[in-house]
Amino acid sequence: MQRRLFMSVAAVAVATGTIGMSQANAKDIVIGAVAPKTGPLAAGAAITHWPNIKLWVETVNARGGLKLKSGMAKIKLIEYDDRTNPGETIKAVQRLATQDKANFVLAPYSTGLNLAAAPIFARYGYPQITSTSITDKVGPLTKRYSGIFFTLGTTTGFAGAVADILKKLRDDGKIGKRIAMVNVADAFGIELANAARPIFKKAGFEIVYDKSYPLGTQDLSPVIKGAKAANPDAFVAWSYPPDTFGLTAQAKIQGLNVKAFYTAVATAFPVFGAKFGKAAEGILGAGGINPDTPEMKAYIAAHKKVTGKAPDYWASAVMYASLQVLEQAIEAVGSTDRKAVTDYIKNNTFDTVIGKMDLRTQNNDKFWTVGQWQNGVFYGVASTGRDGAKPIQLKPDW
Amino acid sequence: MTERERRILPICLAAFIAAALLPLADDGYWLALGISVVMYTTLATSWALFSGPTHYISLATAAFFGVGMYTVGAWVGLLPFPVLVLIAGLLGAALAAVVGLATLRLSGVYFVIFTLGLAELARQVVSWVQTTMGTSSGLYVLTDITEPIIYWSLLALAAVIYLIGWRIGRSRLGFALRIIGNDEVVAVHCGIGTARAKVILFVVSGCLAAVIGAIMAPRFAYVTPTQAFSPMLSFQVVIMALLGGAHRLWGPLLGVIPFTIVLDLIAANFPNQTALLLGGAFLLIVYFIPNGVAGLIENGLRRGRSRA
Amino acid sequence: MDLIIVGLLLGGTYALMALGLQLQYGVARIMNLANGEVLVAGAFGAFWFYTGAKLSPFVTVLVVAPAAFVVNWAIYRYLLQPLVRRAKSRGHLEVDSILATFGLAFVFVGIMLAVFGGEYFSYSYLETAFVLLGERYALNRIAAFAASILLCGALAFWLNSTRAGLTLRAVAVNPASAGLVGINVPRVSAQAFAIGGAVTAAGGAMLSMFLTFDASIGVIFTLKALIIVILGGVGDIRGTIVAAFILGLAETAVATLLDPGLTLAAAYLLFIAILLFRPQGLFGRRPS
Repeated sequence: MQRRLFMSVAAVAVATGTIGMSQANAKDIVIGAVAPKTGPLAAGAAITHWPNIKLWVETVNARGGLKLKSGMAKIKLIEYDDRTNPGETIKAVQRLATQDKANFVLAPYSTGLNLAAAPIFARYGYPQITSTSITDKVGPLTKRYSGIFFTLGTTTGFAGAVADILKKLRDDGKIGKRIAMVNVADAFGIELANAARPIFKKAGFEIVYDKSYPLGTQDLSPVIKGAKAANPDAFVAWSYPPDTFGLTAQAKIQGLNVKAFYTAVATAFPVFGAKFGKAAEGILGAGGINPDTPEMKAYIAAHKKVTGKAPDYWASAVMYASLQVLEQAIEAVGSTDRKAVTDYIKNNTFDTVIGKMDLRTQNNDKFWTVGQWQNGVFYGVASTGRDGAKPIQLKPDW
Repeated sequence: MTERERRILPICLAAFIAAALLPLADDGYWLALGISVVMYTTLATSWALFSGPTHYISLATAAFFGVGMYTVGAWVGLLPFPVLVLIAGLLGAALAAVVGLATLRLSGVYFVIFTLGLAELARQVVSWVQTTMGTSSGLYVLTDITEPIIYWSLLALAAVIYLIGWRIGRSRLGFALRIIGNDEVVAVHCGIGTARAKVILFVVSGCLAAVIGAIMAPRFAYVTPTQAFSPMLSFQVVIMALLGGAHRLWGPLLGVIPFTIVLDLIAANFPNQTALLLGGAFLLIVYFIPNGVAGLIENGLRRGRSRA
Repeated sequence: MDLIIVGLLLGGTYALMALGLQLQYGVARIMNLANGEVLVAGAFGAFWFYTGAKLSPFVTVLVVAPAAFVVNWAIYRYLLQPLVRRAKSRGHLEVDSILATFGLAFVFVGIMLAVFGGEYFSYSYLETAFVLLGERYALNRIAAFAASILLCGALAFWLNSTRAGLTLRAVAVNPASAGLVGINVPRVSAQAFAIGGAVTAAGGAMLSMFLTFDASIGVIFTLKALIIVILGGVGDIRGTIVAAFILGLAETAVATLLDPGLTLAAAYLLFIAILLFRPQGLFGRRPS
């Protein structure tokens, strides 16, 4: 009895295995996507990564598909969940390349998973337009992998922008020179804190509180109390999603009143504005967009319509822009020749929802660095060359 | 060598050579799958070297694996890679020795959770050190080590592990461990130095896990505390070993192969329901293969023999 | 003083995470690795009622806890009891229950992903300052602390002063002997498991007021709960409560006086040190 059950389970498994390999329509263009749907990074990917892929595929297919020389080709999307495990990311990209014969594979989610998969992308010649990697190793990495592109910015860029804003506020006599800085003790937080320390000092600031806290800390009130006791003029947190919420909530409760309050990742999430409401006013965070351009307005409306929720105010739009770059490059080349598409990306500029995108150095050097919640919208207030930055407001007391 | 071992040896050798030829046949998807299989086989088998005979379930695999990975992350580019692997093994062994000596009084579930706490402690200390003293170097492991090299290194390590396991099984040490596993009190009364036997095995097992972590570091390319010390890894290793049957040297292999294949079938066909189906597959396994795949096979053999 | 209050508040939070697991493991002998997922499910329940109907988490608990009771009872009765019956020894059951509940945890994550989606969830409730002795504390944490104390008190009273509680403790001490004196061990175990689930889910509803959560985050709570239960000693809820407060106080002290970066390291170090001197946990019995 048990054996029969086992056999039938096995039979079902084999059967489904063969269904999965059903061939795509010959005229379709097969595009693969690998990112976390479960595991520690799943929540971030569910906000920034997957909804944009859905929107993009629906938008392109609604207008008949990608325009190739051989005619219109609808996108056949194959998605895989890498469970936030680099080994799985590699395996899934391999599966896409050799089993599913994907014409293109979209860049994975996060710095770590992108770097793990980079050798595989390079081997099969897939262009890898990352939109969720922030690194200071752009130079060595682009030298190593000729098909990798960075669009979200660099660690130093983000740290430098915060320093610039604070410097301007200080020079205008609006804040003093005392900064309290905290960071989450994980990859991105460590990198940013290490990049920021010398930059802040060079800009003439005094870091009066400089501590890290472990990922998954349940109570951040000691951190905020410590920062408050140091009597800072500005508060900077290189934080991750759960602690961005925790730090902000505690700062509000403890009455940590500074004129400049910055938390990094997740400040740009709509759920941040929804949770804190009026209290979010004046909070600075990583990213930002210019929501007033017609392209951006159309994008936000389409995102809401297709996925049922608003995009975040930072990486969502960059992610969509990276998809647009791929789309325009494929159509310009008119075929699925990956080398030609990669070369095209390296030699042209593109019109995207965030404006012109120039990837000729394999790196987009015009990105939004700092945003601020103003009247319920997270506006970009600083960038390395994007238009439409709003003037910075001082943060009112909680 | 017994008569039976002499008969089995050629089969093992043939299987090993066949496995070694994999990267020549396909360096794409199947190699990636192969690396997964070999990595988990080596981890689960080295885990079972200690936990199989003693029945002490250790969740510290991630601690050793992470230490190995960070050894490479910290000094990559400064020292040649093989030296780093060696250092990783030594560090892993040293850590295991300290832990082994410390945990002698613990048993049962207390030992299980103690090792879990240990892995988390290692992760916390490493990330704190990295934040307070480090720079971003140590995060990036960019080398020219390709997938076939990683695969062959792991495969060679697997051969070493099987040899160690086979040797221990025939030695006084292995005999002592089996007695400990059956009844520790009896073992003490037989005059077996239970402490010494347990610590030695724990050191071997920890050292191997650290070496595996070091070998895998170039593949991950970006080493973060969350990835290197993932508690999921410890759990997965335990589960694969138990699924195969930790009481046999070849048991974990029988757990890893079907597990990896089922996982991969699920991942390939139901990307939106991986968690749900993975969990479901698990429950089915627990109910229908209670003694592990090794147990299933042994039962089958026994039945076959008694029929004949 | 401030440090002690913050530490106690955190300890209360930890008690909410771990009490349920203690009942499930101590009495029903199931090392439930899906504990954290049940907690997250409770948090989702509270979030859903709050954003949908503006219902306070304190009201939601009255729905979430009974629902969790029923679900956990069914899980024990139909999924876990066959394993208990089959197990030849305690060690065997431990292995089986680890494997089964590990799978169960994935099933829960899958269901929550399908129902609620994978994003972060967070809402503001009672997120105002409460001034006590000149210091400011989060009102929602104070409220959760009060709930936790109430829950601990009620459980302690029930276990120590009622007949049902006595039978539960008897099963915790020795299931075989409990059966000999006419206790329906399977039924009591199912009850304990179900109550444990209800307590965990209620804790999740409370915690949702100040923690940001997502469908995949449960494992973090499971790990913490395991550490606390083992630190306190298996089979005695006093141990769990004491261990939760020790950890809360220690973490706060280290974060305030030393370095917030070392909080969790200190907590695990303390855990390891205590186990070295008391291998059976603070209140655990030595194995006979």
